[in-house]
Amino acid sequence: MAEFFEEYGKLLAENTGITLYMVLVSTLIAYVIGIPMGIGLVVTAKDGLRPNRIIYGILDVIVNIVRSIPFLILLILIMPLTKMIVGKTYGASATVVPLVMAAAPFIARMVESSLLEVDHGVIEAAQSMGASNWTIVFKVMINEARTSLITGATIALATILGYSAMAGTVGGGGLGDVAIQYGYYRYQTGVMVATVVLLVGLVQLMQAAGMKLGKAMDHRLSR
Amino acid sequence: MSTEKEQPIIHIDHLSKVFETAEHKVEALKDVTLDIMRGDIFGIIGMSGAGKSTLVRCLNFLEYPTEGDVIVEGRSLRDMAQKELRKQRTRMSMIFQSFNLQQQRNVLDNVCFPLLINKVPKKEAVKKAMSLLEEVGLSEKARNYPSQLSGGQQQRVAIARALANDPAILLCDEATSALDPNTTREILALLKKINENHGITIVIITHAMSVVTEICNKVAIIDSGSVAETGDVMEVFNNPRTEAAVRLVMSSGWREISSIRGDHLVRIVFSENSSREPVIANMILKFNQPVNIMRADTRDIGGIAKGQMVLQLPDDADMRKQMTDYLIEKGLAVNEVASMMEFEEKYDG
Repeated sequence: MAEFFEEYGKLLAENTGITLYMVLVSTLIAYVIGIPMGIGLVVTAKDGLRPNRIIYGILDVIVNIVRSIPFLILLILIMPLTKMIVGKTYGASATVVPLVMAAAPFIARMVESSLLEVDHGVIEAAQSMGASNWTIVFKVMINEARTSLITGATIALATILGYSAMAGTVGGGGLGDVAIQYGYYRYQTGVMVATVVLLVGLVQLMQAAGMKLGKAMDHRLSR
Repeated sequence: MSTEKEQPIIHIDHLSKVFETAEHKVEALKDVTLDIMRGDIFGIIGMSGAGKSTLVRCLNFLEYPTEGDVIVEGRSLRDMAQKELRKQRTRMSMIFQSFNLQQQRNVLDNVCFPLLINKVPKKEAVKKAMSLLEEVGLSEKARNYPSQLSGGQQQRVAIARALANDPAILLCDEATSALDPNTTREILALLKKINENHGITIVIITHAMSVVTEICNKVAIIDSGSVAETGDVMEVFNNPRTEAAVRLVMSSGWREISSIRGDHLVRIVFSENSSREPVIANMILKFNQPVNIMRADTRDIGGIAKGQMVLQLPDDADMRKQMTDYLIEKGLAVNEVASMMEFEEKYDG
């Protein structure tokens, strides 16, 4: 056991760091893109604050197309774009590009469904006070939907973590890469198991933290 | 007292609203014209689906009417640009059946919210909000969240919130429909107090005649999207002229009346000059014939005792005629309930 850690401890720790870097950076960027898209979907929907068939249609199609491409294929498909942005197609930073690309539409849908949960009566009340659409989105809807948005972020993080491990198969770096390199190509089951344990641990940690935060910020009926 | 010359605070001008879907066209409102005067507590009453909720949403243009206009304090809402309309809405706030408080903000922040979006400095907003919470009797709950309050308390918060920007008009959309009778009475009393203390004109949308008779001075009866009848509450209550009005006036006891077995039932309505006189007792003494009081319901409307009763008159047709004449002579309105039952069957059929 001690021997195992001596040999692989540094490698695993390093790659856990790389995985976290990939996941957190791409989630952050994906949210920067996904939140406006999600808001756009809600606002321009047929019974939204400012219905606009064209904008809604475009957003809806983009989200659906990107979401229907399996991540591994998307990863390979956009390699030219990745090369353009990062300068290479392998390694952690290069993986961030397809991760963002895959996660942003996913996040847009999550944000959309969270915002749609907000009671229509509360929105109507804000309108009756003379609130602008901007105020309604940013001061009412996002605030009222915060628990759901946080839960969504937790799910997004876990999904992106899964994607990042998948990127390991094509030299994406991080724990997934380690699992493939050592566990698969070199038949080192111990390393494979260790990466799985680390990945499970990470998901559990994110999940627990997200739920706790969401609950702490929720003032609706206590169950 | 409103004079002939006074301008209405709200003039609803030939308002129509059509909801169109691919196949259906629903006329929710048909050519509604009403005048609401400053200081009125104006009841708009109708059965569910009559179009009253659409009407109240057209009053502040939350719902754009298909045709017609609403003139508030002399200004046409239809002519207003979005920004102007939003500003106008702060002059006419609204409370709802389901209170519609923000669940993630505490009571104080809910009441401050309309002030903050109206660019009132935070400190001033808090001060104003606290004084309003005091007025609705909830200053101790300022730091609580809506989920910790009862329905009646939540509606009080909603009322405080609605008063935040000192509106001229308060629109109430079935504001007491989710509340029990006692709480309803408290909320109505609060609305009446607000009407008196702030001089706010109140428009009350409801399906319950009891709400109208309790606090309104004027009423409009909406039936399938049109105004069936409008006038002083007492007038409409005493002498309902249209079928819709009859149904609503009788609504509280109507089911019970139709289930009372027996013949020769009449509904009598007391008016101001007869309520203090023991009319029924005098009639029994005069004719020396028993009458059966099947149902009695009296209340205070606008400071004058008002009430209605259902009587079972004797079998003798001649005696019934004499008694009816006597009641009419004493200034009571008399309707035969049996004929209303026939009417209900016809109308409900």
